[in-house]
Amino acid sequence: MRFAGSETYVTTADLTLAVNAAVTLQRPLLIKGEPGTGKTMLAEEVAASLGLPLFQWHIKSTTKAQQGLYEYDAVSRLRDSQLGEAKVADIGSYIVKGVLWQAFECETPSVVLIDEIDKADIEFPNDLLRELDRMEFFVYETRQNVRARHRPAVFITSNNEKELPDAFLRRCFFHYIKFPDKETMTRIVDVHFPGLKPALLREALEVFFELREIPGLKKKPSTSELLDWLKLLLAEDIPPEALRSKDHKTAIPPMHGALLKNEQDVHLFERLIFMARQNR
Amino acid sequence: MLIDFFLHLKANKLPVSIKEFLALLEGLQKHVIEHSLDDFYRLSRAILVKDETHFDKFDRAFGEYFKGVEALPGMDALIPEEWLRQAVKKHLTDAERAKLEKLGWDKLMETFKQRLAEQKERHSGGSKWIGSGGSSPFGHGGTHPEGIRVGGKSENRSAVKVWEKREYRNLDDSVELGTRNIKIALRRLRRFARQGAAEELDLEGTIAGTARNAGWLDLQLRPERHNAVKVLLFLDIGGSMDDHVRVCEELFSACHSEFKHLEYYYFHNCVYEYLWQDNRRRHSERIDTHDVLHKYGNDYKLIFVGDAAMSPYELLQPWGSVEYNNAEPGATWLRRLTGTWPHAIWLNPESEHAWQYRQSTSLIHNLMGGRMFPLTLDGLARGMRLLSK
Ligand SMILES: Nc1ncnc2c1ncn2[C@@H]1O[C@H](COP(=O)(O)OP(=O)(O)OP(=O)(O)O)[C@@H](O)[C@H]1O
Ligand SMILES: [Mg+2]
Repeated sequence: MRFAGSETYVTTADLTLAVNAAVTLQRPLLIKGEPGTGKTMLAEEVAASLGLPLFQWHIKSTTKAQQGLYEYDAVSRLRDSQLGEAKVADIGSYIVKGVLWQAFECETPSVVLIDEIDKADIEFPNDLLRELDRMEFFVYETRQNVRARHRPAVFITSNNEKELPDAFLRRCFFHYIKFPDKETMTRIVDVHFPGLKPALLREALEVFFELREIPGLKKKPSTSELLDWLKLLLAEDIPPEALRSKDHKTAIPPMHGALLKNEQDVHLFERLIFMARQNR
Repeated sequence: MLIDFFLHLKANKLPVSIKEFLALLEGLQKHVIEHSLDDFYRLSRAILVKDETHFDKFDRAFGEYFKGVEALPGMDALIPEEWLRQAVKKHLTDAERAKLEKLGWDKLMETFKQRLAEQKERHSGGSKWIGSGGSSPFGHGGTHPEGIRVGGKSENRSAVKVWEKREYRNLDDSVELGTRNIKIALRRLRRFARQGAAEELDLEGTIAGTARNAGWLDLQLRPERHNAVKVLLFLDIGGSMDDHVRVCEELFSACHSEFKHLEYYYFHNCVYEYLWQDNRRRHSERIDTHDVLHKYGNDYKLIFVGDAAMSPYELLQPWGSVEYNNAEPGATWLRRLTGTWPHAIWLNPESEHAWQYRQSTSLIHNLMGGRMFPLTLDGLARGMRLLSK
C-alpha cells in the first residue's frame, strides 16, 4: 500500500513520504497549511487511491470528542420512558455510533478524516489521545469494549486557529502544505483544466501570484479561487491578451471578483490600481 | 550515531521527545525510506517537528549536522542485529541462505561491520558504504539486495539541498512580533486569559445529565471560560522602544475584553517613584508608584515590556535616572514591584543573544529571577506559561 499522488491530486515528495510513513507506521498524520491548499482533499485522495473506505468527521466549535465514539441519546430515552415504550429497558438502542466506531468496526482497513480539529475546544485533542493510540474505547452504558479490527489511517487537518496540545502532537506525524509555487500550481491547474492554452495559464498565474503579494489583504486568493476564476475566464472566452502582464498594475483583471471575495480586499485592490494609474 | 542527531536537535532547542525519536527509528527499520539523505530529511522532519514555525530551526540544525554527508550515516549503530538477521533471511533464496549460514551469523555480522569500516575509510563521507560487487553479501549485486541495502544514492541530488533553501524562514516563531504573526500571538494570549477560572453552572450539561438520570436533577458545573486573569502591563516608553511598545500595546488591547482587568502604566528605562498612564501627558499627570503598589492585589500578573538597556547607574544608584531625580535606585523599585506581584515577567524586544552583553540587562534579568523572555511568539508563550502556573 503506497500512496503516490493521483490523476486528480498533485503531491510533492515531502507529502507522499509523510503519508506513506504515517500509513506504514500507523500514526495519525496532522496536516496544516493555508486555506485551499488541499488538506481536506488529501484524505479523500488517499482513500480513493488505496481503495479504502473513508470515514469523515467534520469538526465544529461545539463538537466533543465523545461524539466521534458514540452518543447516548438520553432525551429519546427519557421521552420513551414517559410514553412507557418497551424498548426503554434496552439502553443499547439509544447508543448512536460515531465516526470512529464506524471505522473501527469496518471489515477492511479504512481511512479516517478528522477535518479542522482546531475548530473544537482546546481539550478536544487531549480527549482522543487514548482512542487514537490504542484504537479502542469503552462504552460505559453497555459495558462493551470496542476495538478496531484494523487500525485506520487517520488524517487530521488544522487551520491553525488554535494550538494543539503537545501530548497530542507527539503522537502525530506532521506535514505543512506550503502554498504551491508556480510550477506546482501549473500542475494543479492542469489536473483541473487539461489542455488549457499555455498563454492563458501563464498570464493568469502571473496575475494571481501578483495579487497574492498585495500587502494588507484580508484573505489572499487560494487555489480554489484560482480554479474558480479560470473557470469563469474560460466560460467567457477571455483571451490571454486581456491579462497581459504589462498592464497588470494599471488595469483591473476581468472577473477579479472571483479572486478577491472580501469586499474590503476588492476595495483595496481597486484603490491601488487607481493610484497606479494616476502616477503613470 | 543517530542518537547524536537527536541530541543535536535538542541542543538546538527543538522540542523533540524520545517517543518521536523511537518512531523515527521504527520508520527506518520498516523501510519507509531508502537510504537517501533527502528522504531521511523528509522523514525525520515529518516525525520530529510538529510546528511549521520550527522548520527553519530544524533545517539549520539538520544542515549543520549532516554537512558534507551524502548518505545516511549511523546505520551501523542503528540496525539491531536481530533485525538484520531477519532481513537477511527474508531476502535470500534458500540456496543463498545455506551458503551464508555456513559462514555463521557471527562471522557474517563481523564481516558486515568490517566492511562498513573499510568503506568509511575509502570514501570518507561518500555515498556508498557497502560494496555492490557480486561477492559481497551486503551489496546491491550478487545476493539479494533490498532488505539490507546500506548506502545507495539519493535519487535526485540537487545542487542545493532542501534544508539549505531555508524556505520556512519566515515561519520561524522566534522572529519578533509584527503584523504577520500578531494573530497567533493573540491566540496564545487569549488562551492565557481564559485559564484558571472558577466553576459555573453548565445548563446544557445539567439538562442532559438530568435526562440521563431519567428525570432526577443532576447538577453539572464546568470551569468558567472567561475573564479570570488580571494583568498589569508596565511599558517602557520613549526612545528606541516605541515601536516595540506599540506592537505590545496593540497585542494586549486587542484582547482587552478577555482579561478580567488589564491596566497599562508607562515608565522610562526603569521604574521609579512615578509612572504615568497617558503618554502624551507624561510630565503633567504623573502617578505615584506607591499608589499603584497599593491599588492592585497580589493576584495581578505583572508584565514589563522593555529592552532593559540603560546605564547601570540607573539601577544601582540613587539619583541615577536620566529623566529626573530619583531618591532610590531602580533596583529597589523593581524588588518592591516583584515583591508585591510575585507573578511577574519581563518581555524584552532585544534579541536573547544580546542580553548577556549588556550589564543592565543581566542585572534586570537577575532581579527578575531569570523570568525575562524575548518579545517573540515563542518568548510570549514561554512567559505566559510561567505566569499561568
Ligand atoms: N494538490 C492539489 N491537487 C489538485 N487540486 C487541488 C490541490 N490542492 C487544492 N486543490 C483544489 O483546491 C480545492 C480546495 O482544496 P481543499 O478543500 O482540500 O483545501 P483545504 O486545505 O482543506 O482548505 P480549507 O482550509 O479551506 O478547508 C480542492 O477542491 C481542489 O479543487
Ligand atoms: Mg478543508
